[in-house]
Amino acid sequence: MNFILNLWVELGKWLGGVLSGWGVPQWGVHLIIDIIVVLILLVVGILAVLIFTPMERKVIARMQDRLGPNRVWPFGLLIAIADAIKMLTKEDIIPRSADRFLHMLAPILVVIPAFLVYAVLPFGPKIIGQDLNVGVLFIVAIASIHLVAILIAGWGSNNKFALLSAFRVVNQLLAYEVPMILSILAVVLFAKTMSTQGIVEAQTIPYFIVMPIAGFTFLISALAEANRSPVDLLEADSEMVAGYMVEYAGMKFAMFFIAEYVNMFAAAIVISTLFLGGYKFFGLENAAPVLTPVIVFGKSVFVIFCMLWFRATYPRMRFDQLVGFSWKFLVPLSLVNLMLAALVVKIPVADPKLEPWVQGAVMLAGSLIVLVVTGLILNRAARKIQDAPALKHIVAVER
Amino acid sequence: MLSDYNFIGVFLVVAILFPFVALGLAWLLRPKKPNPVKTETYECGPQIIGDAWVQFRAQYYVYALVFVVFDIEAAFLFPWAVAYSRLGLWALAEAFLFLAILTVGLVYAWRKGALRWQ
Repeated sequence: MNFILNLWVELGKWLGGVLSGWGVPQWGVHLIIDIIVVLILLVVGILAVLIFTPMERKVIARMQDRLGPNRVWPFGLLIAIADAIKMLTKEDIIPRSADRFLHMLAPILVVIPAFLVYAVLPFGPKIIGQDLNVGVLFIVAIASIHLVAILIAGWGSNNKFALLSAFRVVNQLLAYEVPMILSILAVVLFAKTMSTQGIVEAQTIPYFIVMPIAGFTFLISALAEANRSPVDLLEADSEMVAGYMVEYAGMKFAMFFIAEYVNMFAAAIVISTLFLGGYKFFGLENAAPVLTPVIVFGKSVFVIFCMLWFRATYPRMRFDQLVGFSWKFLVPLSLVNLMLAALVVKIPVADPKLEPWVQGAVMLAGSLIVLVVTGLILNRAARKIQDAPALKHIVAVER
Repeated sequence: MLSDYNFIGVFLVVAILFPFVALGLAWLLRPKKPNPVKTETYECGPQIIGDAWVQFRAQYYVYALVFVVFDIEAAFLFPWAVAYSRLGLWALAEAFLFLAILTVGLVYAWRKGALRWQ
């Protein structure tokens, strides 16, 4: 019974035992188990592509009142595999004027960090690639390599659309990295650790409830970092064809495609780890540890569904508004949130058991007050713009 | 401590192998018939005018400067956030001073019009 409940951890131990039984030295056992875990994580990432592409197309189709893919058996759910085969057999086109080396390098560089993030994502107690003590920092650091890859793709293609997109990527991803880091800092303050596993363990109440400001800021920034609509200004179809991917065909395009979905799934897992309690689900994680990956998967599917919902609901933002929204709204707001969190964590509570509840309640109340004040300030600013004489006719036209 | 990163190293090697294997597989399978029209730069059909590698006015370099400030700030604040519960009230005051200086910097850049899109 215990074996089934702790299946994943016990399997690892059993494999280690078998290998040392065969006379494999200690480092060899570690190496073989590491390689197996890495391969499992890679397969998880690729499965994410195969699951979430049909899911995205089906969900969006349903929201827009159409059928979506429905030819490939069953109900068009295997469309991703058909796409993969098509990509694999398509001709690779390198434009004459492109920089061949950079053109080759970009698709390779874009997938590596996308997969590497999975090394520190917790799928359960002890079910984690490697519980680094700087896990969150590792995620932020690795995820920013993505930016360099896109910049290389845009520059190396020698195409005007791609170049414009490459210039946009710098601005957009840099702008949204700051509120993202600031909201992670608030989480780290509460959890007192940077290890992803430690953050899940520290969450008595999901942090999304405790600090909604950090939660929503992180959600929006993660959308922008994963380059999802409505903030997918890098590949805005109606403005510059496909942005940085315009000169890529066949398998190289597939690399960008894989990286996008692997990133999206990683972002969803990070959100559920930092803000939704990770693998915890009303004590189920203690009763049956074998189910923890299922819990994480369920929460991430929920987050991804919300991302698709945003995509189907909101129109694409204008670029200057997008960048301004980050610098003028999200950054100050998350700075205030960080200061609030620093104040709340210092509240002395005698009973350590009550501590998360008291601090959580105070933090939630503080966040709500901050949100109300922000709303009032925004309201006043909006009125000022409306009353400004120079803008009056514009507002009238827009009405 | 350092042995924690063995796994990351193994992961890095496998993750680097993955795109090479995928691209190599595609290289074996795909047709290779380039012709001058195919390898032209794609700009929706019209004749290409000039090169894309031109001098470009990166009008947002001020954003990049502000970003660098905030990124370094994050590098300082992460260790602070981890050790925070073990530090006294003095740490709170210091961090507030630090954040206040940054906020003043952001407000200054904002008032100077650095965050205005031109």
